[in-house]
Amino acid sequence: MRRGGIAAFLLVLPLLLLLVLSFALPVGRMLWTAVADPELSDTLPDTAAVLRAWNGEGLPPEEAFAHLARELGAALADRRLGPLAQRLNFEQPGLRALLLRTARAAGELREAPRERLIALDPRWGEAELWRLLRSAAGPVTALYLLRAVDLRLGPAGGIEAVAEEEAIYRTLFLRTLWIAALVTALCVVLAYPVAAALAALPQRLAAWGLVLVLVPFWTSVLVRTTAWFVLLQREGPLNAAAIALGLIEHPLQLIGTRFAVVAAMVHVLLPFAILPAYAVMRRLDPALPRAAASLGAGAVARFFRVHLPLSFPGVAAGGAMVFLLAVGYYITPALVGGPRDQMVASFIAFFLSQTPNWGMAAALSLLLLAMTGAAALAARALLPGFGRRE
Amino acid sequence: MTARLLLGLAAAGVLLFLLAPILAILPLSLSAGEILRLPPEGWSLRWYAALLSSERWLLAARNSLVVAGATTLLAGVLGTLAALGLHFGRLPGRGAILALLAAPVVTPSIVTAAALFLAYSAAGLAGTLFGLVLAHTVISVPFVVLAVLASLRGFDPALLRAAESLGAPPAAAFRRVVLPLIAPGVAAGAVFAFATSFDEFILTLFLAGPGQFTLPRQIYAAVRDVWDPTVCAAAVLLFLASMLLLLASEALRRRGGGIG
Repeated sequence: MRRGGIAAFLLVLPLLLLLVLSFALPVGRMLWTAVADPELSDTLPDTAAVLRAWNGEGLPPEEAFAHLARELGAALADRRLGPLAQRLNFEQPGLRALLLRTARAAGELREAPRERLIALDPRWGEAELWRLLRSAAGPVTALYLLRAVDLRLGPAGGIEAVAEEEAIYRTLFLRTLWIAALVTALCVVLAYPVAAALAALPQRLAAWGLVLVLVPFWTSVLVRTTAWFVLLQREGPLNAAAIALGLIEHPLQLIGTRFAVVAAMVHVLLPFAILPAYAVMRRLDPALPRAAASLGAGAVARFFRVHLPLSFPGVAAGGAMVFLLAVGYYITPALVGGPRDQMVASFIAFFLSQTPNWGMAAALSLLLLAMTGAAALAARALLPGFGRRE
Repeated sequence: MTARLLLGLAAAGVLLFLLAPILAILPLSLSAGEILRLPPEGWSLRWYAALLSSERWLLAARNSLVVAGATTLLAGVLGTLAALGLHFGRLPGRGAILALLAAPVVTPSIVTAAALFLAYSAAGLAGTLFGLVLAHTVISVPFVVLAVLASLRGFDPALLRAAESLGAPPAAAFRRVVLPLIAPGVAAGAVFAFATSFDEFILTLFLAGPGQFTLPRQIYAAVRDVWDPTVCAAAVLLFLASMLLLLASEALRRRGGGIG
């Protein structure tokens, strides 16, 4: 038994290593980036040490000015000032320029660094800037997580709302939740009749009907989204059909609208709602509705009192799956949506590639994971069998 | 009876919604003109000809096949071994291992992509096909483990003891008793792993190098950056490839190799 246990462990080990090294550790490390604040300590280690010891009142001791000027100059000479400049500029726009100007002047700041720094830029004489630097000395910061919900640390130390024109993330999360909820609701409602009709068919016919659901399920998401992209064009088939039917007179702009995003996402995610609902309905005892009918229940009562409660676990499991997938969606909004239809995933992608900002990418990822995790836990609490396979 | 008729009509309507957009691509891909309308103004195979003579598309197809093939092999081997260990051994922390296995499936792809982008940049794996195969394996291996575990579910350990009591060495007993039993499960998991990798887009977008286009990435570029009607022909061929995978998966399911 002992030897069998070791052999079994050795069989599982390679996969375990892969999952830990190429999934669990990277995800953990990335989420740590959401609160990590290494730039100032890495780039200006001596300045950071002095600032950490400083009590934050008035201006820091003279040596902080000396270290700052010296270390900024050295960092510029070694071309490693970039990450710190980006980190500070993100917290307070304008600091990148100040750092660069100060670093370039470092050679002239060796003597009387305090007076000359303040002469170079009066901001170096303000306690507020030095307190900001002290708060950036690490090792952790709430900067990114706060910013991801439109908050920031105020100069006085409290938490305050960011300026109105910078407040975009709460709207983004609400929009993401709204699109995901709408898509989930539509998928559940559309899936129900398909699952019920298939479950009412004899097994052999139902198997063929199920193939009609599996065909889109197996078709590449990119192929399906491309299909929508073509259908929704101004000169495309959908507009042409609507004009031919006399519904509209002029073609509508459909690409870049919320309608396009929701239609394409429902199309892509619908099979995930149909398959579990069908699996549960197939197992329902057909004698139960008959029993209800013989007791005098009408068609409506049979549906609401018998069919719906009994099929709920399958319907809800499908809905939970759709919501989990929809909340993190990227491709469909990117291809058929407009700027106002982008979801959290698009912003994570933006902070990965267009404007690299690891802290923000990680903070948004953390919140997105929290949303999917909460949805999964809620599904588990509502449905004792969810996530477990019999 | 009217209720059943209404139900049938509603179901047919939804199925039409599911299938029509995909099927509409077929006539569009055969269009003779640049503008895609239904019905097309004329028929031709020009987009297929353009597709098959385009080096970009052929290279993308080659990359897709190489990555999906390598992913299937790696996920098939690692997943099958792990499923055997999980089934036959009494492992402490079995639940934790299964949870770790399920995590990549429910984690939004963009989060996995961000995490691996950061880790691979540090490890020098960013922009390599090997790194891409590792990432695709992480998200497709759970299907292999589930399929093999499902095929082992009805396994009677007495069969192994019987084989041994008849004088079969353990290796032979495994080869002659266990392997034939799990083969449909392994194959079904492999088909699913192949399809997962073949269709994967977001990890590829962030982890592949600037020149390493796979078919989904090439379609995305052709739709988003410069519209190119060749994409309809590519979509049809990709659709037909998916249908082959679906057929394989269904055939294996009928032989007892399904998932779940």
